[in-house]
Amino acid sequence: MTDTTVLELVSPSALLKSEPVEMVVVPGTDGNFGVLPKHSPMISTIRPGVIDIYAGGKVSERIFVAGGVAEVNPERCTILAEEAVPVADLKADEAQARLEQATADLKAASTAHDKANAERALEIARAQIAALTN
Amino acid sequence: MASLKDLRSRIASVKSTRKITSAMKMVAASKLRRAQDAAEAARPYAERMGTMLGRLATAVGSNEGAPKLLAGSGKDNVHLLVVFTADRGLCGGFNASIVKAARLKAKALQAEGKTVKLICVGRKGADALKREFGDSIVARYTGIEGKKGIDFSSASEVGDKVLALYDEGEFDVCTIFYNKFVSAISQVATAQQLIPFVGEEAAEQEEATGSSAVYDYEPSEEAILADLLPRNVGVQIFGAMLESSASEHGARMSAMDNATRNAGDMIDRLSIQYNRSRQAQITNELIEIISGAEAL
Repeated sequence: MTDTTVLELVSPSALLKSEPVEMVVVPGTDGNFGVLPKHSPMISTIRPGVIDIYAGGKVSERIFVAGGVAEVNPERCTILAEEAVPVADLKADEAQARLEQATADLKAASTAHDKANAERALEIARAQIAALTN
Repeated sequence: MASLKDLRSRIASVKSTRKITSAMKMVAASKLRRAQDAAEAARPYAERMGTMLGRLATAVGSNEGAPKLLAGSGKDNVHLLVVFTADRGLCGGFNASIVKAARLKAKALQAEGKTVKLICVGRKGADALKREFGDSIVARYTGIEGKKGIDFSSASEVGDKVLALYDEGEFDVCTIFYNKFVSAISQVATAQQLIPFVGEEAAEQEEATGSSAVYDYEPSEEAILADLLPRNVGVQIFGAMLESSASEHGARMSAMDNATRNAGDMIDRLSIQYNRSRQAQITNELIEIISGAEAL
């Protein structure tokens, strides 16, 4: 029996996933990091990107998250995501539409607040497209 | 004394009222189930966010560089109250109790010489508060609950507004008022301080039991806090909205249940009255006929 760590993926509206996994790769703000069982405790913010769940040395599941935070301790890895969609469910045209919308918003943004929001949306859309292309 | 026809039409009208209230009760019951599920599903996120923030808050402490959302603006002059009510009435004391709690708090703050500002989420709250505090209402939101329940985006809309006001220095302390869902027949009007952030007991408990490990932070504690605190505002507001909506449907369900029962009682009473007076009328007619026959 291989060692496992518990992955908990929580979005504001639901507990999406709570299951033991062998390894999970999380897109941290300062770079991707892999979480194996008995990982030392840490808290990191997440950039928009893809969480890779590994089983048997291969990627078994890929989930897109639009940013959030991850808390890792030796027993579990908790990811608080604002938005989480399996990569398989992402649609290229929707991501493209989102990108265009965000670009338009960024152009139209007048206040710093609107601008920051639009920039974030743009980043999320880009990450979605990137997730789809590889 | 009411005529038989009057009684009949009254019974008919109470019956149709009972039909309406019992239909509303059933609608509320099914909505309650959904709202309750949503509220329960959202709890893990809010809880974990709370413990994580609590841990971070203790780590950063009251350092110089602590974000404003945690440390506060250093003043206590302007209070913002966010009041969550329903858009619709007919739900017992639901709206009244939350409005009352908010009004008491606002009055107490004003008596202390503080300025009060209000954000009303839900039409009923704004309607009830606008007479007394019309000038202090800075924003109002209605139609939060759509067809598919409550969306996180509407919560972040309110959250963004609160944060924008805070950034502009429009207020110093923010408190939210909502009905916490306990059960279908019990909702508790709750006030919760949102800004500055108050750590949950969970983090302290953990420390007491000695299970809190030393965490690595990536990037720094401050950066994570600066990222998490605004998000927490949205999450707390979302949680309050869900609790409030579950409470609303619960309150409406029990109010409509009462109304249905009362209507049933009333129908029983009216039917007895109707039957009695009909009987009396028949007896009267018989007496008239018999005494008429005897007189012949």
